Amino acid sequence: MNSETTGKAIETTSKASETTGKAIVCKDLSKQFGDFIAVDKISFEVNSGEIYGFLGANGAGKTTAMRMLCGLSYPTGGEATVAGFNVYKQQESIKKNIGYMSQKFSLYENLSIKENIEFYGGVYGLTDQQLQQKGDELIARLGLEKEAKKMVGGLPLGWKQKLAFSVAIIHQPKIVFLDEPTGGVDPVTRRQFWDLIYEASDKGITVFVTTHYMDEAEYCNRISIMVDGRIDALDTPANLKKQYSARTMNEVFYALARGAKRAAD
Amino acid sequence: MVTLEKISKTYDKGKVKAVTDVSLSVEKGELFGLIGPDGAGKSTIFRILTTLLLPDTGKATVAGLDTVKDFRKIRGCVGYMPGRFSLYQDLTVEENLNFFASLFGTTVTENYALIKDIYQQIEPFKTRRAGKLSGGMKQKLALCCALVHRPEVLFLDEPTTGVDAVSRKEFWDMLQRLKAQGITILVSTPYMDEADLCQRIALIQDGKILSIDTPQNIVKAYPGDLYAVKSGSLHKILLDIRQYPGTLSCFAFGEYLHVAFKPASPSAAGPPASSEPAGLKKYLEDKGHKEVEIKKITPGIEDNFIRMMGDKTDRYEQ
Amino acid sequence: MKQFLVFVRKEFYHVFRDRRTLLILFGLPIVQILLFGFALTTEIKNAKIVVVDYARDVASQQIITRIAASSYFSIGQSAMTYEEMYKSFREGKVKCALVFPANFNNDLLHSNKAQVQIIADASDPNTARTLTNYLTAIIGSYQDQLNATVTIPYRILPETRMLYNPEMNGSMNFIPGVIALVLMIVCTTLTSVSIVKEKEMGTMEVLLVSPFKPLYVILSKAVPYLALSLINFIIILLMGVFLLHVPIRGNIFLLFAESTLFIISCLSFGLLISGLTNSQQTAMLVSMMGMMLPTILFTGFLFPLENMPVPLQVIANIIPSKWYYSIVKAIMLKGLGFAYVWKETLILIGMTAILLTISLKRFKIRLQ
Repeated sequence: MNSETTGKAIETTSKASETTGKAIVCKDLSKQFGDFIAVDKISFEVNSGEIYGFLGANGAGKTTAMRMLCGLSYPTGGEATVAGFNVYKQQESIKKNIGYMSQKFSLYENLSIKENIEFYGGVYGLTDQQLQQKGDELIARLGLEKEAKKMVGGLPLGWKQKLAFSVAIIHQPKIVFLDEPTGGVDPVTRRQFWDLIYEASDKGITVFVTTHYMDEAEYCNRISIMVDGRIDALDTPANLKKQYSARTMNEVFYALARGAKRAAD
Repeated sequence: MVTLEKISKTYDKGKVKAVTDVSLSVEKGELFGLIGPDGAGKSTIFRILTTLLLPDTGKATVAGLDTVKDFRKIRGCVGYMPGRFSLYQDLTVEENLNFFASLFGTTVTENYALIKDIYQQIEPFKTRRAGKLSGGMKQKLALCCALVHRPEVLFLDEPTTGVDAVSRKEFWDMLQRLKAQGITILVSTPYMDEADLCQRIALIQDGKILSIDTPQNIVKAYPGDLYAVKSGSLHKILLDIRQYPGTLSCFAFGEYLHVAFKPASPSAAGPPASSEPAGLKKYLEDKGHKEVEIKKITPGIEDNFIRMMGDKTDRYEQ
Repeated sequence: MKQFLVFVRKEFYHVFRDRRTLLILFGLPIVQILLFGFALTTEIKNAKIVVVDYARDVASQQIITRIAASSYFSIGQSAMTYEEMYKSFREGKVKCALVFPANFNNDLLHSNKAQVQIIADASDPNTARTLTNYLTAIIGSYQDQLNATVTIPYRILPETRMLYNPEMNGSMNFIPGVIALVLMIVCTTLTSVSIVKEKEMGTMEVLLVSPFKPLYVILSKAVPYLALSLINFIIILLMGVFLLHVPIRGNIFLLFAESTLFIISCLSFGLLISGLTNSQQTAMLVSMMGMMLPTILFTGFLFPLENMPVPLQVIANIIPSKWYYSIVKAIMLKGLGFAYVWKETLILIGMTAILLTISLKRFKIRLQ
């Protein structure tokens, strides 16, 4: 296979009608860097309003796959639509309709909470009135009224993460992508974070989340597990545990990760 | 072997209280775990013990030596693996190991028996540059480099963070074998499930120690009973349980919710009303939940940690 | 449009909250203008000139008076011997000299023409040319004054002699300066990044918790760069000699030894910077950008130091390349031996020792 072919050779017919109700549709999506196949023909669908767990070991290809879905990189094969938009041709539309948050970067540390909200709200295209209203709601929900003018850098880690998530969905996107959002955070804050995720899901936002914590896999409606660039499992947590005769998701993950080649090399 | 007496450390002219009044001790040959999330103060404690930081108050000793006065001696006899597997990225596996061996005035062959089990797993890659190794391999190499001079105490600061699940398990197996050889090991980790693999643990949060004991004792100390509740829809049941008047705490743990009930009498102690958990079950079924399952469970370390963290609302309070 | 403004506003926040950016924004231009305003002058004032006056007659005295009155020159001594004059040139004390033959006035009166000799230190050809022109102009105006009232003109013929560099090869001055500049920047940058890199990568943390010796760490960082810099030096030298015809008139081993000393002093400077910064980026910035301007300005090969205001000349004294530059010129171009450069050598040794000592003392054996 040639390296880095852009997807222009692949025609995507208008599939809008087939994808209504589906937040994400992926078919044989691939990404290749030279000889290295980072993402190997993954196929899955995410329903609207679902909480979808996208799991996999480090190096399995999760981040690469997410970047393609967020409109941040071109796939080298396969097709995908996110919020009804084509990942090759409509990357800008995708970006307007999604939210994104990761463990590594959330908000600007040397801007205040309010300034961060104003910035991201403006970037997402909210009107001044919407921004004011949503910003106040956000601050009120987290109880940060007294801290609104303080620098984000001064907040404890867990609060930064919760704030970042709230800001990522301030424009009520169709889908929000979360990349390991609860890493390193204390157990209580972790669960409070998931309370926020549930609230978002109740509002109709589809949540696409990756995580290292296997108990969090259980909070998802369905999960998929990536191994060596492929999706080796895709189902509800309950079904997967039955399938692998496991008591916990940890055991399921372990059973799959054992056979992974990439971790050992 | 390792002691901390009322150690406190602040950063930024006292604005950031990293560690407050921490005291603990580790016996010779023990496998001791420091369990807590990011920002709890684990790395600060490790840096104080390895003589890299001076505490504001308090005293710390390693192998009977004072960390402030006798720091040079301590630096010669401990093994340290800081958070980012500090290896020389452009040196090969072999070169890294040889360097650290000669740094401590020994050779790889001298203490090979100690690192053999671990090194053999990365030996096929010995001419590969450290920068090109996977997370799990880096972890093993860093461990070898910390052990190669047969230290009396091994300090491992979050060695399993950012490493795949399989390597994590293998790492703990290696630690158990090392403990069997008589090396005192201090490990820090944010993963609660790894706490059970230690001999004794200290739970730490926001720079303060919540508890120090064996994992079993901590679990036994959980006041009252803990129940796991499950039904069809996780989120809805969570909200409903929280609204139930008899609920003391309710936290999600995978597919189950761990629920504790308030004591029957108005005073803080005492068992919950004998009507629990049946009362909860009826309440939930009345609300329309089907197939409600409630069973008594043994609390785990995470349950205890959460309980010890105290009342944390989801509104920001300084 | 609104989206664009949102980004702009955020950037303003970042700028005003970052002290370092503000320093560069406002501090740097002010410093640069002050420096360049005062240092950048090709105008020569008070150049030291000596006169060898074998005539000691009216004409020579009158010319000397004119020279003394001129703001371009300041007369060092007006009655030297030839030998004394050459010594002054060798020692670099003087840039220009005027020699009057014994029968200067008589020749003028009787033959209507007389000769004077202008000798200039052409290791800096530009200065030499300028000074020669000034002198010629002063002599010319005296000549005009004489000729104002007579019918047969008097002619004073200056014979110019360019010392050390008769071909007026511009590279003569330039190459030693470039050597100094290149070595200074390269050596400083290399070592400054080296220690900081360990801090950044985290390996320093593990290194500290071991029976290491700070001296070994510091020196071991300098050794490979010393060897490589010497090779670098040889390459530049060869290019200068074979491509640009710059001579090596003096002892090549002495040149090598002095260059090694200079390289060590630059490496020490880099080590010092290393101890003061925490990120590779800052280290590189300070070494390259921070050192480039002072080195170019204060070494003396682009802008003669004598033309600068005194405070700047004092500052120039702490720049190692200034001393090295005079050493290289003395050895390469003037063919002088150790006797003439021992003072500068001593200063370089002193600087290196101080830098290394400070680096060692500042080496943090703890993380805070």
